Amino acid sequence: MSTASGPLDGIPAAEVPDVELYHPKSWLTKYVFSQDAKIIGIQYSLTATSIGLVALVLSWLMRLQLGFPGTFDFITPAEYYQFITMHGMIMVVYLLTALFLGGFGNYLIPLMIGARDMVFPYANMLSYWIYLLAVLVLVASFFAPGGPTGAGWTLYPPQAILSGTPGGQDWGIILMLASLMLFIIGFTMGGLNYVVTVLQARARGMTLMRMPLTVWGIFTATVMALLAFPALFVSAVMMLLDRLLGTSFFMPALVEMGQRLNHEGGSPLLFQHLFWFFGHPEVYIVALPAFGIVSDLISTHARRNIFGYRMMVWAIVIIGALSFVVWAHHMYVSGMNPYFGFFFATTTLIIAVPTAIKVYNWLLTLWRGNIHLTVPMLFALAFIVTFVNGGLTGLFLGNVVVDVPLSDTMFVVAHFHMVMGVAPIFVIFGAIYHWYPKITGRMLNEAMGRLHFWVSFLGAYLIFFPMHYIGLLGVPRRYYEIGETAFVPASAATLNAFISVMALIVGAAQIVFLFNLAWSLRRGRPAGPNPWNATTLEWQTPETPPPHGNWGKELPVVYRWPYDYSVPGAAQDFIPQNHPPARAAE
Amino acid sequence: MEGIAQAQAPATMEPAGGMQGFVADWSSDQRAFKNVSWGKAMMWIFLLSDTFIFGCFLLSYMTVRMSTTVPWPNPSEVFALEIAGQHLPLILIAIMTFVLITSSGTMAMAVNCGYRRDRARTAALLLVTALFGAAFVGMQAFEWTKLIHEGVRPWGNPWGAEQFGSAFFMITGFHGTHVTIGVIFLLIVARKVWRGDYDTGRPGFFTSRKGRYEIVEITGLYWHFVDLVWVFIFALFYLW
Ligand code: HEM
Ligand SMILES: [Cu+2]
Repeated sequence: MSTASGPLDGIPAAEVPDVELYHPKSWLTKYVFSQDAKIIGIQYSLTATSIGLVALVLSWLMRLQLGFPGTFDFITPAEYYQFITMHGMIMVVYLLTALFLGGFGNYLIPLMIGARDMVFPYANMLSYWIYLLAVLVLVASFFAPGGPTGAGWTLYPPQAILSGTPGGQDWGIILMLASLMLFIIGFTMGGLNYVVTVLQARARGMTLMRMPLTVWGIFTATVMALLAFPALFVSAVMMLLDRLLGTSFFMPALVEMGQRLNHEGGSPLLFQHLFWFFGHPEVYIVALPAFGIVSDLISTHARRNIFGYRMMVWAIVIIGALSFVVWAHHMYVSGMNPYFGFFFATTTLIIAVPTAIKVYNWLLTLWRGNIHLTVPMLFALAFIVTFVNGGLTGLFLGNVVVDVPLSDTMFVVAHFHMVMGVAPIFVIFGAIYHWYPKITGRMLNEAMGRLHFWVSFLGAYLIFFPMHYIGLLGVPRRYYEIGETAFVPASAATLNAFISVMALIVGAAQIVFLFNLAWSLRRGRPAGPNPWNATTLEWQTPETPPPHGNWGKELPVVYRWPYDYSVPGAAQDFIPQNHPPARAAE
Repeated sequence: MEGIAQAQAPATMEPAGGMQGFVADWSSDQRAFKNVSWGKAMMWIFLLSDTFIFGCFLLSYMTVRMSTTVPWPNPSEVFALEIAGQHLPLILIAIMTFVLITSSGTMAMAVNCGYRRDRARTAALLLVTALFGAAFVGMQAFEWTKLIHEGVRPWGNPWGAEQFGSAFFMITGFHGTHVTIGVIFLLIVARKVWRGDYDTGRPGFFTSRKGRYEIVEITGLYWHFVDLVWVFIFALFYLW
C-alpha cells in the first residue's frame, strides 16, 4: 500500500467482470421501477411506515377499549380480535422486518461495504413490488366480507380456520396466509441479494472484520430469515389447504356448535412448532439489525471506538445460531414432555450470555466517551434501557415454572413490547435521525426531534411499565374486557385508563416526527457530506445524497476498521475507513 | 483472486496454511468465496433456503403420519400398476426416479459442453434434460389422474388415513412445480445457448445484463437439487 491512489496495484479487481450497472433511461425506471438499492430502500421504508401507521391506529383502538370498556360501542369483541391480530402481524412482519432488512438493508449495505449496488438489482426491484403486493393483499382483508382474521398474530389452528374466529370461515385468514406467502417470496428475492452482496461484493480492503456492526447485524438477520421463513411458508401452505380443501394437517377431530367437523387426525401442535421455529428467530431478525445499528450510533456519537468489536461480531453470530434452538419456550403451556421444557429453558437462558456481553460492551463504549446527546444518541440510550428491561423479564418467562402462571397474561404483552416492540422502534428512530442527512442532504430539526424523543421514551415507559403489574395481577392478554373478577382489584381499571391515555399521547407524538420528516426535506439545515464526522464509508461518498452507482468513477478502498474515533495523535477525532495510513495524521 | 488475499498479508509473512489460512481467506476483502461468482453464490444460498422448505414439508408429513389415528395406506400397493397381467408394485415411481436421475446425467454433460463452448451440443443436452424433466412431470400427472380416479382426494381416500392424500398431493405437487420451473429455465437457457447469447454478450431481456456460460452450471445446480429432493421424497413417502 505504497501510494495513496493506487491501492494493490497490478492485481485485477475482483468486481470488474460482475459489475454491469443498469442505467435507467426514464423517470419511471429511475424513481418508480427503480433498480437502485437506495431508491428501493426508500420505497420499502415508506411502505412499511405507512402500514405501520395502520397498526398504530389499531393499537389506539385496542387501548380505547381496554382503558374504557363499554364506552366505545363501535368496537365489538370480534373487531377487537381483528385489531389485535392485524396490529401484531403488521408490527412484527410488515413494519419491523421490512423496514430493517428491506429499508435499511437496501440503503446501507451497498454504501457501507463500498459496493455500487446490490448484486442483482432486478430481483431486488421485484422484491419490493412483491412486498407491496403482500401489503395490499393484507389491507384488502380489511375490506373483505367478514373482515380480517382475528386469530391472533400466532394464527394457531384449529381456531384460526373455524367459524367462531372472525375471518376464520370468511376471507380474512385466506388473505392473511396469502399475504404472508407473498411476503416471504418477495423477501427471499431481496434477502438473497443482501447476503450475496455482503459476502461477495465488498470493496478492496473491506474484510469481514472491518465491516461496520450495522452490516453484521443486517447480514446475520437476513441469513436467519432465509432459514426461518420457510417454516412459516410451509405452515401457511398447509393451513391454506386445511381451510380451502378440507385437509387435516393441523385439524384434529372436532365438534363445532354440536356438529362433527370433517377433519380428523391432524396435529395442532405441529403448527405451533413450525410457527415458532419461524417466530422465535423472527424476534432476533428484528433485534440483530437493531443491535448492529445501535452499536454504530453509540460509537459515532460518543466519539469512542466500539468496545470489543470481535466479541460483538461473534455475539451477533452466536445469538443468531442459538435462536434456532429455543423456539419451544413459547410452548411451555402447550403440552410438552417436561424434559423438552428443561432443554428449551436451558438454551433460552444461554442466549442471555452473548446478549449480556453486547450490553456490557455498549456500556463500556460509552464509558468515558465524549458523549454527544444528539437525537440519535438519545434513542440509542433509550434502546439500551428498554432492551435490558425487556431482557430481564425475559429471564422470568424463560423459566418453565415462572412462565406457566405468567403465560397469556398482560405481563407477556409488556415483556415483548419492551424487548421487540419499543426497543427496535427506538433504534429505527435513532437510525432515521442519523442517516436522514445522507438520504436527503438535510438535517432533521433538532428541537422537534427532542420533543419526539422525550414524549416517546417516557410515554412508552408509562404505557408498558404498569402493564407488567397488571399482568402480575392476573389480567389475561387478548381479552376484550375482563368485567368483574374476584382477583383483579378495581384500581387496575384506573391504571388501564391511564395506560390508554398515554398510548394516545405517544401516538400523537409520532405526528411530530412525521411532520419533521416532511418539513426538513425542504427546510432542514443543509447537512454536508458528513455531519456527524463518522468513519464509515457511506459518509465518504463524493456526492450527498449519493447518486446511482454511489461512488462516481472510483470505488473506495478500505484501510481500517470502522471505529477509528479519537485516535491519539490523529489530526481529527475520526479517521474515515478509506483513509490510507500515510494520510491518517493529516 | 488468491493474489489479493496474499497481497493483504505483510510481505515477510508466509501465507498461513491449514485452518488459519482458511479463516484468513474467508474473511479477507472483496469476496468470501474467492472463485465463486455472484450468481452461483446466490443459487447456493437459495438452495439452502429451499432445503428448509422441503425439510419442513417432509417433517410435517412424518408428523401427521404419526399423529393420525387411522392406519396409513400401504404405498407399494397404492402405487402398483398392472402391466401385461403382471402386478408390479411401485413400478411407475421407479421409472420416474430413473428418468429424473438420468436427466441429472445429461445436465452434467451439458455443463461440461458449455464450458467447452460447444454451443450445439450444450443446447441439445439441455433440451434432452428438459425433455426428461417434462416426461417426469407427465408421469406424475398420470399418477395423479390414476389416484384421483381411484378416489384419492386431499381430504380422504378409500384405504385409510386422509393425511395420505393430503401429504401426497402437497409434496409431489410442490416438487413437481419445482421440476416444471426447472424445465422452463432449461428451455430458456437452451435457447440462449443456441442463439449464441453467451458468446455475443447479448443483454438479458429483463435484467439487461450479459449472461455467461456459467449460467448453464447454475441452472444445473438447481436441477441436481430438485433431483436430490426427489430421492428423499421417494425414500420417505414411497418406501416407508
Ligand atoms: C404505541 C405503541 C403500542 C401500543 C400502545 C400497543 C398496544 C398493544 C395492545 C393493547 C395489544 C393487545 C394486548 C392484548 O389484549 O392481548 C398489543 C398486542 C401486540 N403488539 Fe402492540 N402496541 C404497540 C406497539 C407495538 C410494536 C412496535 C410491536 C412490534 C413488535 C407490537 C407488537 C404486538 C404484538 C406481536 C402483539 C400481540 C398480538 C396478539 O396477541 O396476537 N406492538 N399491542
Ligand atoms: Cu422466543
